[in-house]
Amino acid sequence: MNDLAQALEGTTIHHHPDAILEAVQLRKMFPLRSLNLFGAKQVVHAVEDTSLALYPGRATALVGESGSGKTTIARMLAGLYSPTSGTVRFRGERAKLTGGPHLRTYRRHVQLILQDPFSSLNPVHDVRYHLGRPLHIYNHIRGRTQETEQILSLLNRVNLSPAEQFIQKYPHQLSGGQRQRVAIARALAVQPEVLLADEPVSMLDVSIRLDVLNLLLRLKEEERLALLFITHDIASARYFAEDTLVMYAGQMVEGGPSEEVIERPVHPYTQLLISAAPDPGRLSADSNKSVSDLPARGEIPSLINPPSGCRFHPRCPHAMPVCSQRVPGRTELGGGRWTHCFLYGEGETSCEKSNQNL
Amino acid sequence: MVTNIQTNTLLEVKDLTVDYLASNGTVHAVTDVSFSLRRGEILGLAGESGSGKSTLAYAITRLLRPPAMISGGEILYYPRSSHDEQHTSRVTLTRLLKNGKRERIKSGNEEQPIDLLQLSPAQLRDIRWNDLAIVFQSAMNALNPVMTVGAQIMDVLRTHRPGMGPDARKQRASELFQLVGIASDRLRSYPHELSGGMRQRAIIAIALALSPEVLIMDEPTTALDVVVQREILTEIMRLREKLSFSVIFITHDLSLLLELADNVAIMYAGRIVEKASRRDLYLHPLHPYSYGLLNSFPALHGPRRKMSGIPGSPPDLRAVPPGCAFHPRCPLAFDTCRAVLPELRAAQGEDSGQVVACHLYDPRFKAEPPSTSDLASKYEALAEGSDSK
Repeated sequence: MNDLAQALEGTTIHHHPDAILEAVQLRKMFPLRSLNLFGAKQVVHAVEDTSLALYPGRATALVGESGSGKTTIARMLAGLYSPTSGTVRFRGERAKLTGGPHLRTYRRHVQLILQDPFSSLNPVHDVRYHLGRPLHIYNHIRGRTQETEQILSLLNRVNLSPAEQFIQKYPHQLSGGQRQRVAIARALAVQPEVLLADEPVSMLDVSIRLDVLNLLLRLKEEERLALLFITHDIASARYFAEDTLVMYAGQMVEGGPSEEVIERPVHPYTQLLISAAPDPGRLSADSNKSVSDLPARGEIPSLINPPSGCRFHPRCPHAMPVCSQRVPGRTELGGGRWTHCFLYGEGETSCEKSNQNL
Repeated sequence: MVTNIQTNTLLEVKDLTVDYLASNGTVHAVTDVSFSLRRGEILGLAGESGSGKSTLAYAITRLLRPPAMISGGEILYYPRSSHDEQHTSRVTLTRLLKNGKRERIKSGNEEQPIDLLQLSPAQLRDIRWNDLAIVFQSAMNALNPVMTVGAQIMDVLRTHRPGMGPDARKQRASELFQLVGIASDRLRSYPHELSGGMRQRAIIAIALALSPEVLIMDEPTTALDVVVQREILTEIMRLREKLSFSVIFITHDLSLLLELADNVAIMYAGRIVEKASRRDLYLHPLHPYSYGLLNSFPALHGPRRKMSGIPGSPPDLRAVPPGCAFHPRCPLAFDTCRAVLPELRAAQGEDSGQVVACHLYDPRFKAEPPSTSDLASKYEALAEGSDSK
């Protein structure tokens, strides 16, 4: 923990004046229940020292493998988990995320879309109920006609037409894509400013995914929503989001404009992730070589006893002694890019040298 | 030798039809599917969920249970001839008769194909795993949670190689684990002690235990992370080089197939709508559905552009639209598409083996076949249309 504190001292906390939702050094640990009363208390270090900022009309993608802590971050931002330490700032002020009334005010502005539309809708209620609930709770609508009117306009906004037919359908009568549209409409019902989308398309069929992504993009443009798009697919992050953040084992490793991060990844983990992603574009470039060589092997470490220092160091082809001793701080690379890696700063090797090696 | 292996047909599926008999109508999951698999080939099957890919795989292995019914067709398997020296260690295919005598199924003419649909349960038992192995999607559910993975490999060997002693079995099991890249001391681990990638490797090891000729992989990497997926794929490619088995690789992720497979067949509503080498399919997909599917994956490189996906949703297989099943979603559909069922045929001017089931490429209905850019512009128009909504 001392190492972490040292690293934290070096980083300055940036306040973005135009950010609508900010996470400042969020950390989450989940205590494990142990059968041994006298044994050491064990915790899962799910998220460590994570900061991010969301801006109106801008999408930010959070990319990482399963177990990297992306969903935990979304849930902390949505107020479903309370962070172990760190703060969530909404419009520059510290958001109060405890207690019913505070949470209710917060959720009027920040809404979460879950991954699985098959379990996020209640099977015994129809679409009218799902969309009517947030309208009743937040918008104080009066009467059934007003409710119907608003629900119909919501359904039209998510391209579910004819809306009059969908209003009385039950979840089992809808396809996966239609269900996810209902889930999006439900999030939109409170007229939020921030949408947190936790893998909104990964449960959907391939041909439907782009439709739903395009819908979210259109809503972002039209209503100037701030979007957090959580995904494991780095190609859709590039398609969808202006900014991309990469996480590994609970730590942020790299961030910046999507195009830059994906075209010129600097952190060894981002490089691994991109080289592993399926890319038919390689076909036209080099027909003989179909499957590229992996620069690193191994798996995401256990977060109960995570590796010391940079958590990627056991798998990293460029690991140095310092990597296992200290947590790398944030190094600004210019143009909005930053990374947490000793190869690029706070270490012995210079930026240019490592670039040639990679 | 290599060319011989390359050209030989190993498996031939002819007009296979599989129906599910449901109380509210028959579901035509697979309709008149024909294809052939060469020795050493990786054939990719791609399509949306509900397009019949998995049903086809289960039909080939005869794993379907009622209400599924194979209502027509043939699945011909051409066994490797016995004078092949590569597999001398293989026990010849034998069948236990009722009186206790063993009889070779493939006695006499070795070149005679076997119709898998005609086999009795006992004969099937011999073919399965010896010649035809399957790797399922969910690695956790495919392994027995209360047996160590080592015991599960040895179980296969005990059943199919009764002559093998316990030491030889152990030897073979640790060989197999090394083959797929797991330390052999992991044989004593239970499935829950292994990570997702290791479980999938263990399943591949079990599938390879008897050196099968055909490996059917049903979405083997869908539940895995990209980095692990890449490792597994590299492993499959390496093993294929080494052991020269054929693979039928089923996935919804077309971008994966374009890197891995030799040939790719695209399925829609139970039928194969296009089959081509991966290069042809990537560079010039012919069927509008293939184009749409290819265009559903954002690219990692190149210009960022607006993409559209495919409008609508897959049809209800109880009531497949007449004519071409894709016509309600197709941006290039014309009158013939709504009435006449297109057949799989070589496209005009194509001699590379690319076949497509689409009237656009049939000179009887369309004088001039559309180019890939025509498909692109139609889809783009569609994307803009839905945008303005």
